[in-house]
Amino acid sequence: MLGRTASGLFWMSRYLERSENTARLIDAGFHLALTRPSEAAPNEWASVLSTSGADEAYKAKYDGYEGLNVVDFLLRDTANPGSVLSMVHMARENARQVRTALTREAFEATNEAWMTLRDLLAKPVSERDLPSVLNMIRQQSALVRGAIHGTMLRNDVYNFLRIGTFLERADNTARILDVKYYVLLPSIAHVGAALDNVQWEKILRAVSAHRAYRWLNGEGVTARGISEFLILDRQFPRSLAFSVAKVTENLNHLARDYGDRPESLVHAESMSAMFDRQTIAAITEIGLHGFLREFIRDHYGLAGTIASDYRFHE
Amino acid sequence: MLTQYAQIMSRQCFGLAQNLAFPRDCYSLVAMSTEQTYFDEMLGFDETARSPYTDYDAWFQAEDIKRLRRKATEAEASFRKTGITFNVYGESEAAERLIPFDIVRRIISGREWDRLSKGIEQRVRALNAFLYDIYHNQEIIKAGRIPAELIANNDAFLPEMIGVTPPGGVYTHIVGTDIVRTGENDFFVLEDNARTPSGVSYMLENRETMMQMFPELFSQIKVREVAGYPRSLRRSLAATRPPAINSSDTPVIAVLTPGMYNSAFYEHAFLADQMGAELVEGHDLRVVDGRIAMRTTQGYQAIDVLYRRVDDEYLDPLTFNPQSALGVAGIMDVYRAGGITIANAPGSGIADDKAVYSYMPEIVEFYTGESALLKNVPTWRCSDPQSLQYVLDNLAALVVKEVHGSGGYGMLVGPTASKREISTFATKLKAHPSNYIAQPTLSLSTVPIFTRAGLAPRHVDLRPYVLVSPDKVTITPGGLTRVALKKGSLVVNSSQGGGTKDTWVLED
Repeated sequence: MLGRTASGLFWMSRYLERSENTARLIDAGFHLALTRPSEAAPNEWASVLSTSGADEAYKAKYDGYEGLNVVDFLLRDTANPGSVLSMVHMARENARQVRTALTREAFEATNEAWMTLRDLLAKPVSERDLPSVLNMIRQQSALVRGAIHGTMLRNDVYNFLRIGTFLERADNTARILDVKYYVLLPSIAHVGAALDNVQWEKILRAVSAHRAYRWLNGEGVTARGISEFLILDRQFPRSLAFSVAKVTENLNHLARDYGDRPESLVHAESMSAMFDRQTIAAITEIGLHGFLREFIRDHYGLAGTIASDYRFHE
Repeated sequence: MLTQYAQIMSRQCFGLAQNLAFPRDCYSLVAMSTEQTYFDEMLGFDETARSPYTDYDAWFQAEDIKRLRRKATEAEASFRKTGITFNVYGESEAAERLIPFDIVRRIISGREWDRLSKGIEQRVRALNAFLYDIYHNQEIIKAGRIPAELIANNDAFLPEMIGVTPPGGVYTHIVGTDIVRTGENDFFVLEDNARTPSGVSYMLENRETMMQMFPELFSQIKVREVAGYPRSLRRSLAATRPPAINSSDTPVIAVLTPGMYNSAFYEHAFLADQMGAELVEGHDLRVVDGRIAMRTTQGYQAIDVLYRRVDDEYLDPLTFNPQSALGVAGIMDVYRAGGITIANAPGSGIADDKAVYSYMPEIVEFYTGESALLKNVPTWRCSDPQSLQYVLDNLAALVVKEVHGSGGYGMLVGPTASKREISTFATKLKAHPSNYIAQPTLSLSTVPIFTRAGLAPRHVDLRPYVLVSPDKVTITPGGLTRVALKKGSLVVNSSQGGGTKDTWVLED
């Protein structure tokens, strides 16, 4: 496989994953804005923007955090490279670039996702239509994932797609937690301290985990419990530990196929091992913010090593 | 329905015929009957169905028009979903366009096809012999059959290829011979596309789409297959691998594309995929140990055969255009040393140059010892002062083309041009006469297309795809039919509003 193809697959799945996560973030923000007194909403929208890394670009364009402006910027502003529309476009451009590596179904699902969302996001989305638009974004994303899952050979092509997905996912989950760390902070050290209802709901919604969390933990919602769930849970598919394990697993497949043991695998394995030993008490000790910052940095380095190990660029 | 179609046909033809005035010496060649009607492939010159079309009317009568309309919409949606779109130069990136697809078939009888394909094979063999000769001893010039300036002053001639023999002696692995029809037995070659002919993916996708839309027709009517093309292409390319390379391994084949913003990118990806070849870009490649190698996830891997869809000019920045980022620095040296096969060979463009085209009858005769089976369109070379004068005097009746142009750009279609367009063109022509050739406006045949009003005749041409390997020439039955969708229009290029149709060669 060409290094450029590996890169295209990796980025295609990163963009797809991120567009879906951005839709979730918007959903969570929207929910909060509906359930909160109106003076609190701008703060929430500001934190949504900073989670998606679009705060600066937004401020350059708008004054104040008006809900529909934020939604428009994150959903369909083509001048914002992090908007859902821009990212689905980039995912599709990468898919075109590597279409010989994809099955016809996988390519067509991606292409159709883009065509559908391009039409859906051609005009500003009203408050009334927002829930169904967000739903459609998640649905299109699920269709692409389904086509990939159901038709692709489990070879290097698949591995690069999966690596992109989980690298992006871990990064997104870490950012969601980090932006909200100050909300969790006062109570995280105190086992069992109750948390602002709406806040925790938002964090869990942003990773589609509010149901899963309740299933596993009943009504006992604590800052510590949420942090543990999103960082260390082995079953939750959007936790850091889960994502890192998946990246490691796919790098291992590649190493076995190619018969080597590159630096990126060594790096990923050491990250996995760290999560095996890690406890929420220890993370609290280090400080949640510090832990997440360190993770994001380390993880960013891993992505770079993968790119150079597999010759994404010359 | 047939009568109605015939009426539409004659009305349309009269409208245009009044504008046409042909030079007397071309009358017989362009097969204009005295009534000046076009040859219709379904009805001929009168109103009775020709043999390949005898059941067409019955089929159309039995079809539900609404159902056909729905199918046309479905076909378009399926092309979009598959991403068979292209970008038009000068339009924004978002403006992805489809080449319109007409859902009714064009039919050619097996007998007609066999005759046609003999003529194509003869012509393509002659082209390869010509290329070999031109880059070696130039016997044809020594024999006085073509003037030396034709080659010496031609930009398409690559001095870098002098004395180089491509692996297997094949220059044009893939040729697209553009053919037009003007009568029952009158076929003309309009152009020999010997560089990087495109459109074959449309031939394949059109057939695929037709089989999905009208499976019942394919079970009733035996149509010759086109689906074997990618396999034949692979075989043809593999057969010309460099001889110095160990022949027991499977050859490594790659398709070189200028990238995804090229208008034919879909086709490049499609062919690579169908052949099981890598789709590479210039920046994936470099010279490693005297070979051209591609950067893979496991290091550099040497390529044996490169099917390039990049023009000569951009192939090697060290030899040709130094600005080019589309090619590979040093590939010409590797090629000359026998380290890689390039298909089509660099310098093949001299064979489809429009000035060289006008000598094709002589070229075919010189190399095959036979007279050409397929006719050339009579061509005036504007470099010749007498011809230039004639062309200037008759611009309103002629088609004038740039010698190196393609895609229907920069050409004048006299009969449909305004007075102003003609006078502007005359100025350009006088400034650079040797840049142009002129041909009579051919009365291209018409075939039925499906319109809102039912079947209506439109002008078409045909591009069959020819594969050349050291031991044989393979021609896929049928090819790409391009159709001028605008009523009365003679310009079939997709960049100028043309569409495509599936082309059936019957098993008869």
